[in-house]
Amino acid sequence: MKENTIEQKFEITENRKIADMVYETVLVGDTSRVTSPGQFVSVSLGGFFLRRPFSVCDKSGGRLTLIYKTVGSGTKYMSSLKKGSVLNLLTGLGNGFEVKNSKDSPLLIGGGVGLPPLYFLAKCLTAEGKDVALIMGFGKSSEVFYEEKFKELGVRVAVTTADGSRGIKGFVTDALGLFTGYTYTYACGPEQMLKAVWESTRTDGEYSFEERMGCGFGACMGCSRKTVGGYKKVCSDGPVFKKGEILW
Amino acid sequence: MVRKIENGAQNPMGYRKNSTGQPEGNPDTRVSLCGVELDNPIIPASGTFGYGVEFAKLYDINILGTFSMKSATKEPRFGNITPRIAECASGMLNAVGLQNPGLESVLAHELPEIKKVFKKKIMANVSGFSVDEYVTNAAALGDDPQIGWIELNISCPNVKRGGEHFGNSPSDAFTLTREVKQAVQKPIIVKLSPNTGDIAAISAACEEAGADGLSLINTIKGMRIDLKTQKPVLANKTGGLSGPAVFPVALRMVYEVYEAVKLPIVGIGGVSTAEDVIEMMLAGAAAVGVGAANLINPYACRDIIESLPGVMREYGITRLTDIIGGAHN
Repeated sequence: MKENTIEQKFEITENRKIADMVYETVLVGDTSRVTSPGQFVSVSLGGFFLRRPFSVCDKSGGRLTLIYKTVGSGTKYMSSLKKGSVLNLLTGLGNGFEVKNSKDSPLLIGGGVGLPPLYFLAKCLTAEGKDVALIMGFGKSSEVFYEEKFKELGVRVAVTTADGSRGIKGFVTDALGLFTGYTYTYACGPEQMLKAVWESTRTDGEYSFEERMGCGFGACMGCSRKTVGGYKKVCSDGPVFKKGEILW
Repeated sequence: MVRKIENGAQNPMGYRKNSTGQPEGNPDTRVSLCGVELDNPIIPASGTFGYGVEFAKLYDINILGTFSMKSATKEPRFGNITPRIAECASGMLNAVGLQNPGLESVLAHELPEIKKVFKKKIMANVSGFSVDEYVTNAAALGDDPQIGWIELNISCPNVKRGGEHFGNSPSDAFTLTREVKQAVQKPIIVKLSPNTGDIAAISAACEEAGADGLSLINTIKGMRIDLKTQKPVLANKTGGLSGPAVFPVALRMVYEVYEAVKLPIVGIGGVSTAEDVIEMMLAGAAAVGVGAANLINPYACRDIIESLPGVMREYGITRLTDIIGGAHN
């Protein structure tokens, strides 16, 4: 495909269900523009006008892992694609998490399919020798994914489920008492969860937001959000914002 | 009816061929818009190209004919709350609601940034909530030497008052156009709404008021409902439909307006290929806006410009200006 462009072709090498309505797709292609955890790609799917944005769950050489929930017809279609299917992606979109900001003991908090970018982040943080803890929030046990994968990185993990069918019953904030010495917070999940974390944690931190997007690269102003520093675009100024920038 | 538009020579065949039926030399993509020559007719439509800087990181945007800046209002506007975007078959709805940093910021920050990456004449799209505001915005932007045209947005479907209000009434469109025309030296292109009963009547009112050109169409008002919440997807409830879904509607309206007025037309609506560009020009467009295509393929305008000469050859078209309005009898 075109060289040095954000538009690249990727081939699916794996596409499998890993939890209730949650799929993991592994693609191979030019990942050189994915430079930090928390960035996303947008995928063109046959028959759908708009691209679908997905945060990068893992990047390893030319392999890219995406995890998503089948919430609509586009993601359902994507979950049905076979190995060998070729997709057109815009890569390296958005500004990701800053690994260096977190001192020694970062706490990661993710809800549902807000967790995937935290996996890439946890890899980067543990590679720097940091003591990483994670609270994973789900609705019920059948939705849980990647618990072991995080533990394999050496991350201390707590799981919460809203119905109590796995781990601590309740929301991610109900597990905050388990981790007392954390120095920084990274969060990704539904807006209500982010707000609860923002209110309940005392450290500085970075929060990744989700919004319906048009273009994904800063042109259409479809995903704007008010911040302390004025109007920002979730896609190109975010999706990660510093705690002090956020307005609710 | 093929009429002469500025430098475009009248040609009842619509295009020229040599004796073998093949066009000679390199196809000529140049067109003229209100007296300003464009290297090609491709104009990214307002609101789909930001201030150009995002796209300038991806390709040299100086290959464009020009581009139309995100619409400016006098005061900063956040626009509508989100969600602002919904998908539909062959298109999308948006309800951005004229988000922009306001006239003062556009002049002080955005316009200087554009000038670093774009060296051609720029089209400045202006909105407002009163005649005075339109005049203020158009005059301030029109004073800048690199602004080649003022595009008067009287057709935004996503703001409660102002905008489209002016585009629904021939008398209001007349008054607004006349007032702006008197205050601004640059060519005035009025951007029209498809959400009106008689676009030809609005066009005629703009022409009578002294408009130099028209651009059409803005988006078509539409809605989607989320089956899970059983409420509209968009926070604004309604939004403007764009994308290939609207192309036939836009084409028909360009065709109708071409018959109603003598002004040059910027044809906009669902254009995503060089073939669409040619179709739009045959309907009567002197230049062609590309909108939603930029959002799903950031290289859309570059791809169209690169493929245009080949498609012209395929259809035996030597000069683009020759085909303007060629579909009319």
